[in-house]
Amino acid sequence: MAEKRIRVIVAKPGLDGHDRGAKVVARALRDAGFEVIYTGLRQTPEQIVEAALSEDVNVVALSLLSGAHNTLFPKIVELLKAKGMGDVLVIGGGVIPDADIPGLKDAGVAAVFTPGTPTGDIVKFINEHVK
Amino acid sequence: MDLVKELFEGSRLALARSITAVENEYDNAIEIMQSIYPKTGRARILGITGAPGAGKSTLTDKVVKHYLDQGKTVGIVAIDPTSPFSGGAILGDRIRMNDLTLNENVFIRSMGTRGSLGGLSKKTADVVKLMDAYGMDIVIVETVGVGQSEVDIVKNADTTLVVLVPGLGDDIQAIKAGILEIGDVFAINKADRDGCDRLNVEIEMMLDLDSREVKWRPPIKRTIASKDQGVEELIEALDEHFEFLEDSGELQERRAERTRNEIVAMINEQIGRYVAEKVITSDEFNSQVDAVNARENDPYTVVSDVMAKVLK
Amino acid sequence: MAYESLKEQIAAYNALCDEKSAKTPERQNLKYNRLYTPVDIEGFDYEKDLGMPGEFPYTRGVQPTMYRGRFWTMRMYAGFATAEESNKRYRYLIESGATGLSCAFDLPTQIGYDSDDIISEGEVGKVGVAIDSLKDMEILFDGIDLGKVSTSMTINAPASVLLAMYIAVAEKQGVPSTALMGTIQNDILKEYAARGTYIFPPKPSMRLITNIFEYCSQNVPKWNTISISGYHIREAGSTAAQEIAFTIADGIAYVEAALKAGLDVDTFAGRLSFFWNAHNNVLEEVAKFRASRRLWADIMKNRFGAKKPKSMMLRVHTQTAGSMLTAQQVDNNIVRVALQTAAAVMGGTQSLHTNSRDEALALPTEASVQVALRTQQIVAYESGLADVVDPLGGSYYVEAMTNAIYDEAAEYIKKIDEIGGAVVAIEKGYIQKEIQESAYKWQMEVESGLRTIVGVNKFQVEEKAPEGLLRVDSSVGVNQSKKTQEVRASRDQAACDAALAALKAGAADESVNLMPLILDAVKTYATLGEICNVLREVFGEYQAHATL
Repeated sequence: MAEKRIRVIVAKPGLDGHDRGAKVVARALRDAGFEVIYTGLRQTPEQIVEAALSEDVNVVALSLLSGAHNTLFPKIVELLKAKGMGDVLVIGGGVIPDADIPGLKDAGVAAVFTPGTPTGDIVKFINEHVK
Repeated sequence: MDLVKELFEGSRLALARSITAVENEYDNAIEIMQSIYPKTGRARILGITGAPGAGKSTLTDKVVKHYLDQGKTVGIVAIDPTSPFSGGAILGDRIRMNDLTLNENVFIRSMGTRGSLGGLSKKTADVVKLMDAYGMDIVIVETVGVGQSEVDIVKNADTTLVVLVPGLGDDIQAIKAGILEIGDVFAINKADRDGCDRLNVEIEMMLDLDSREVKWRPPIKRTIASKDQGVEELIEALDEHFEFLEDSGELQERRAERTRNEIVAMINEQIGRYVAEKVITSDEFNSQVDAVNARENDPYTVVSDVMAKVLK
Repeated sequence: MAYESLKEQIAAYNALCDEKSAKTPERQNLKYNRLYTPVDIEGFDYEKDLGMPGEFPYTRGVQPTMYRGRFWTMRMYAGFATAEESNKRYRYLIESGATGLSCAFDLPTQIGYDSDDIISEGEVGKVGVAIDSLKDMEILFDGIDLGKVSTSMTINAPASVLLAMYIAVAEKQGVPSTALMGTIQNDILKEYAARGTYIFPPKPSMRLITNIFEYCSQNVPKWNTISISGYHIREAGSTAAQEIAFTIADGIAYVEAALKAGLDVDTFAGRLSFFWNAHNNVLEEVAKFRASRRLWADIMKNRFGAKKPKSMMLRVHTQTAGSMLTAQQVDNNIVRVALQTAAAVMGGTQSLHTNSRDEALALPTEASVQVALRTQQIVAYESGLADVVDPLGGSYYVEAMTNAIYDEAAEYIKKIDEIGGAVVAIEKGYIQKEIQESAYKWQMEVESGLRTIVGVNKFQVEEKAPEGLLRVDSSVGVNQSKKTQEVRASRDQAACDAALAALKAGAADESVNLMPLILDAVKTYATLGEICNVLREVFGEYQAHATL
């Protein structure tokens, strides 16, 4: 299938305005050959999930530095499942303490990329895990 | 087919996945299009194009809101260029329509051009048909008017809106790209900027130069999309154009011609694909090429042999 | 011809080094020359380029005595969870020798939402303290004499509301507003460009800012009404020269807005302050501080015709670079912060916040905050860096780099002027795009190994997750919401409604200064969210158009 592209939505849930990481990742994913939809700041879980649905993305990449990840990431996973998008790969990044990672994984977040992760690792993970 | 059934029942996910099937040329794509085709032909199709930075997405956002206020449903296909280096794309139009995301009367889908020569136009037309069959009253195709393929895309529209901005020499760019010739309605966006009057005069002059016999003189409307100014008047102009199409019989003509062109294009594509996949990779063909090179045969004879077989 | 033989020697030296350094390719990426000599500062004019400390163009510092008079203000940014918790932290900091407070607010507060707003879900008390009403502000400063302490508040879009609450608390303590000392960040332009906590569109936002300038010049004369911030622009990925260029361009926009509102430049310019980042490259940072002072002084004097020396002085608060902290081998961050502190001090900062070692992972614990504060104290008392005014003045390298950064920044400002000023440049996405380009370049340099980050892309070790990080309990949001609902239930509703109605009417009339109306509203215990919603109705909300 020559025309297939991996589609990724890079989203900033919550009120956090730090988008350096999200934008760098969006560009790196573009340069890795993915189609990237960047939502901009202050998106509610409902908005992110609806955009993910109509864009029929393979990956939802969430970036959050404010500490609200334990509330917002699982909510997004739940909403995706409720909309029949349970097969979408959800990944997260930002200032996320190691101690929170197992809980996020249990909630359905496939991987959490903490500060210092090379963008190549994210690309590799997506390529390996998108069916 | 389940997907199509769900699409007809109003499932947004089914619509989204059908679009993906068409875009990625999945095996079920043709079957989907066959099933939905009877329900197409109802939506009004509006093409929006213009130079980068003209404010097309912001204007689209405002136009959509006015249609929603009229109780209409709207599908939007937003097309962004694919990077020729990586094959990836940043699809960035949607961000200007973020507050439409949760409106159930709107469906926005972003597409990358993916470097498919000519194929983009057909795919876009199919995505438009899917939104039409889903029940959208209006389907908007928004694209950057920089190349021939983008011009082809908006040729699928009933009404084409060309968005320009004062200054920056966009006017000249637009003429070069040929997008002025496809405009049914013009919007001069960011009309509070210097150079608005001059641009207006330039477009009028261009239209005066059009030597074709014209039944419709494209109106020029001034807008400031970011402040929602002039959008009402723009919508009226778009409606007037559509009424003109209906009353003059041009709509039937345009659509009939479009249908014909689509079928021709699909035949050409199929033949091209057959040739690419079956003919030119075959051992027989390779040996024919060798024979031509050795002057044991000539290209003209080979072509008629091949065509005879293809058309058998 | 000056330095003729020296120039020959340099050419020979460069040829020799080029041959040798071919062996170390990763050092070939550096931006600066390997050696600086008098040739690099040809035409250097002490009087014109440097002057005496405390004198135009202030390259060597804004005060004559600098740290021989007194040290910079050691101001630690803090605030989390509830007003009660943060109040405890503030008292602890004052006891530990901090000389100024710096309040961090949570995101709902920064964006003008109450804690019980649906959009605040998960964010209450996370990156700072939640302030919904005057009640919370009273608790936050309980037992702290606002007549004695200087308080900096990192608040922008709703700065007028928080300042009004501060004035109201002081009034209750019996402290007149004329005695209050402190700073509000109040820099909306960098929010659009880099930090993201905006509410209203640029035009009404600029009006709120000039309203504050005007109100404070008469009623709160010791207050720094704005902290024009390059910090977040740098954090978003800009270079040193871009940091000061874009920030000074913002500063120009604020001055122009105030002049347009009819204020005289010398009535407000002396209360403008700046906020720089202290990054890792120590000497480049020192040059940046020096260049920024000279550039601002030139602009205020020559472009705006300021007469008072204070109007020309770029006074600066500094914070060490949060984005340079690594989540790997967190103790290394202590060393980074020490070097950044050295840069800020040799650069001549007026106040400084030092980050804590664990901030790439979570909000800092009390213990790590103490190390960060001690870092400043060691630099102040033990290192000798604070013993001499502008100790690097006259260094060929630092002077050449000061000139280079000045020129690059001046070039950017010229470009922004051509675009139509900072507001238009931000609306068009020009500044954001420049910052993103630099950020992406930096990241690619790190990933390709051209740039080494110790412990991240070189010298890595396997390590266990650090323990004892600060966690904000999720019950904070629930309790805070309850508290705010109690405030709403117990206030004089009629008075509150009347104050909000008056504010709304005032907002619709551009000639009205909104500060007194906001002050009236907070005194009736109208909440931050209610006040901002009234203003949203009149002003609308800013829609960001990300450019990637």
